[in-house]
Amino acid sequence: MITYTSFPLPPDNTYNGSRQHHLDVAEDVMMELGDDQDLSEAGGSKLTYPGEPLTSSQAYMRGHGTYVDNEEVIASVAGTIERVNKLVTVRAIRTRYNPEVGDLVVGRITEVLTTYSFRGSNNLTPRCHVRQVQPRRWKVDANSRQDAVLMLSSVNLPGGVQRRKLESDELQMRTFFEEGDLLVAEVQAFFSDGAMSLHTRSLKYGKLRNGQLVTVPPILVRRLKSHFIALPCGVDLILGLNGYIWVSKHVKESEQEGEEGFDAEAVYSNQNDPIDDSTRVAISRVTNIILVLSSHFVPLTDTLLLEAYEWTVDQEGGAKDLLQEDVGNALVATVTARL
Amino acid sequence: MGSRVEILNQGGFRSDGRRQFELRDMTIDLSQQGQADGAAVVTHGLTQVMVSVFGPREAKMRSQTIHDRANINVEVNIAAFSTGERRKRTRGDKRILELAATIKSTFEPVVQTNLYPRSQIDVYVQVLQQDGGLLQACVNATTLALVNAGIPLLDFVCAVTGGVHSTSPLLDLTLLEENDLPNVTVAMMPKTGKVTLVTMETRLHVDRFEEIFRLAGDASKVIHGEMKTAVRSRTSALVAAMGSGPRVGGGDSADKHGDDRMNEY
Repeated sequence: MITYTSFPLPPDNTYNGSRQHHLDVAEDVMMELGDDQDLSEAGGSKLTYPGEPLTSSQAYMRGHGTYVDNEEVIASVAGTIERVNKLVTVRAIRTRYNPEVGDLVVGRITEVLTTYSFRGSNNLTPRCHVRQVQPRRWKVDANSRQDAVLMLSSVNLPGGVQRRKLESDELQMRTFFEEGDLLVAEVQAFFSDGAMSLHTRSLKYGKLRNGQLVTVPPILVRRLKSHFIALPCGVDLILGLNGYIWVSKHVKESEQEGEEGFDAEAVYSNQNDPIDDSTRVAISRVTNIILVLSSHFVPLTDTLLLEAYEWTVDQEGGAKDLLQEDVGNALVATVTARL
Repeated sequence: MGSRVEILNQGGFRSDGRRQFELRDMTIDLSQQGQADGAAVVTHGLTQVMVSVFGPREAKMRSQTIHDRANINVEVNIAAFSTGERRKRTRGDKRILELAATIKSTFEPVVQTNLYPRSQIDVYVQVLQQDGGLLQACVNATTLALVNAGIPLLDFVCAVTGGVHSTSPLLDLTLLEENDLPNVTVAMMPKTGKVTLVTMETRLHVDRFEEIFRLAGDASKVIHGEMKTAVRSRTSALVAAMGSGPRVGGGDSADKHGDDRMNEY
């Protein structure tokens, strides 16, 4: 009989399990039994990883994160098993953003496609085919598996709420959104290949300015009643469900452009308003709180962020002190214990 | 043998004190690395490899998109300080390109690329230290980084190197052994026993092949156990951290599970 042994573990190892392996130790068989038992319990949830058989495909339906092989439902991602009646799904713990219609997302323009942009990918394409009828849209990076599409017809245009798109609008697409611009939008629909289409046809949506972007794992942003949060410290937050979070200076309700006085200058402006020093400090403090919470994998909510902000103000440290490990750990320990 | 170091001495020990079928110490670190969607640092003895996975995401070059599945893009970088003699390899080095192509073809049948049409999965392999079993470490680290990034795989892919010294088979070769012995690297999906990679750069006697191949299969099960333990502890740590947050709305079932799990930890 062959035996495998390995050298002793260094003490700082991130995991510790049995390191002595015997080939005939049937660890795997016991795991499968455990999974099946848990699955039959109502609302039971358990961790799994790729290649792990979950249940029989005749008794259950396969959902996301699983596949069927040899009449068995097998997990394909590492995460938690969820079961709704006969449907078995595995929710990956860390993954890219999976869009759903109606989600609020923050994104960045990567490409502007007008009818007049030349996008022949090879030289064999005759010139007459380069002019395509389809485009007139922006490509938006929204932390998803493909870039999202923002049609020219799904943005608010200057001078009137509803009107036909003119050729002049098409020619000045870059005056609305340019490459690198950040925007907040809503998921409108999906294309056949799974790419999402966005729209900004509301005064809440549009170009972003007066602030900075923070990126967190998308799973940490839960669906809330409102994703526009105004913290009392003079900071506005937009929690994009795709894990992009916009932290900016507070804009008073009265100063927001009304339906009547829709001002293209203000909505599509690239110029920041003057921001005073205390607001700048507050913005970076909120940003650092979000970074610390996301590095500890704590889901973000408005109450939690407020709690954390009050704690940091009480500590009387600067905004940058939060990034020190001990301060960050203390922050997370305090806010998670309180709630 | 003459003045050379003995590969396998009279007592049945190898040059680093291991027995024939003993694997080197394996450590796995799955912590977050910068902006990567998934990352893993794997060491087999003195061989250390870091892999970062980005994606699935929009392809950088439109010519690389495939209309019905995701494209896997593997880039390997070997640090100049990773070998005994300092040596700078350029990105266009044929050996590096071959290593990248091998990793790519190993994972193409395993990753469920058809779920992500027109996307790209970028795998960046960074070799930090080399002491034999480079491909094995790269494959194992890539598997773990892909799992960590939440990319759907049919199964783990576990790779191990085997060699033969006169008639005695050895597993998990060091650089010293790799240079002197005929060797083979095998990557396997342990649940089904399917093999996704067998590669040799030396000649190996056909009579010895079957024995080494079978041993490598057994050893990959052991490595699979280690990888599972690491993934499980990483996942449960993240789930526990998520559960420690407040409940939101009450409608989300994930919160309920999170709270239930709190009692276990």
